[in-house]
Amino acid sequence: MLASLIAFQDASNPNPNGIGALVGLTLRNLFVENILLAYFLGMCSYLAVSKRVDSAIGLGVAVVFVQFLTVPMNWAFHNYILAPGALAWAGLPDTDLIYLEFLTFIASIAAATQVVEMAVDKFSPKLYAALGIFLPLIAVNCAILGGSLFMVQKNFTFPQAVTYGFASGAGWALAIISMATIRWKLRTAQVPGPLRGLGITFITTGLVAMAFMTFSGI
Amino acid sequence: MTTPVAPPRAPAPPKAPLFGKPERKAVLDPLWDNNPLAFQVLGICSSLAVTTRLDKALVMGLGVTLVTALSNLLISCMRNYIPSKIRIIVQLVVVSGVVIVFDQFLHAYMYDLSKQLSVFVGLIITNCIVMGRLEAYAMQNPPWRSFLDGIGNGLGYAWILAIVGTVRELLGSGKILGYQIVPTALYDAGYVNNGLMVLAPGAFCLLGIIVWIQRSISGYAEK
Repeated sequence: MLASLIAFQDASNPNPNGIGALVGLTLRNLFVENILLAYFLGMCSYLAVSKRVDSAIGLGVAVVFVQFLTVPMNWAFHNYILAPGALAWAGLPDTDLIYLEFLTFIASIAAATQVVEMAVDKFSPKLYAALGIFLPLIAVNCAILGGSLFMVQKNFTFPQAVTYGFASGAGWALAIISMATIRWKLRTAQVPGPLRGLGITFITTGLVAMAFMTFSGI
Repeated sequence: MTTPVAPPRAPAPPKAPLFGKPERKAVLDPLWDNNPLAFQVLGICSSLAVTTRLDKALVMGLGVTLVTALSNLLISCMRNYIPSKIRIIVQLVVVSGVVIVFDQFLHAYMYDLSKQLSVFVGLIITNCIVMGRLEAYAMQNPPWRSFLDGIGNGLGYAWILAIVGTVRELLGSGKILGYQIVPTALYDAGYVNNGLMVLAPGAFCLLGIIVWIQRSISGYAEK
């Protein structure tokens, strides 16, 4: 069942925007091509925040939200302004602004994070207090910028970009929350001194990544 | 400090020597004692994906060194004019400007490699080493010293990247820089490349072991 859904997302599938294909894309990015465990993106905040389960959940939710917002937004920037020939609607078919891509993406991500921060502060001060310092830090999370860059590289259509934004964020959240629960258990373990902390976290992440890789076999 | 230090330049002028003690410290400290990867846990994000082959790891290390040094220099020049509320945005804009230059350079002169590095060149922008050094060092220190600090941190990152890249390429495909190292006689005798090394889990475990070795030697333990 899972395998057939993932296979749905193949390039040979005639309708890449159908529901089945989008569900397949979601599952693929949640498990097989997990943005953290397969592409190593967002490691810094992952290592720093996975010490406590509640803050891991908070950051995970915030990342899903920002990713879901910025990937479709950057899709629009790329397809209507930056890509070669994208300015044809404005009467400039020869313009190629692709070299401004990094700058535009990072600026739109920083702006989106700022807006989300203000919105959360206004409408849910409780959630704002819970997320605390993590919200502004999302702007420099590699997973967010990486998501947008992958979206360009893989030539997604708009429905695919929306799905990808959600799925890659959710995959990141899944990885950090499961790691936080494992580290909670590791606290009571007898780990050799120099391996404690960072070293054992890497090795455990390696084992988790290996477990996730088994999904690609089905 | 365990790293051998070059003898001090004998007739150093008393006023702001070019390579005084703080300057040397800025370069040498991050190479071992304060290594950004192993000790400060920064910049893991892009470091693992590019280390399946040594040449990718070297180019990436070079790129991070250049970007860190140049953006440190630029931010340090502007540090007194940046309002603290919007400093993150200013830093991001400066860093992405430098990264765009590096990316265009790769496109022009090393097209194949830039295709293989794919999105990871762009991800130098959000590399925590760059942002971390800007926040922690360039905002408080003069330009020349910040530049050296950027070089030091970039190299501290690059040498670990090079080691991870060497081990992964050697064990994963039996080559170094594309040249066959493991002799064919060994393959005939039943030796098999370790496919796990080129995949994600191998990278995680390898970096864990390197951190373990580095910390055993430098005697640092968490809590």
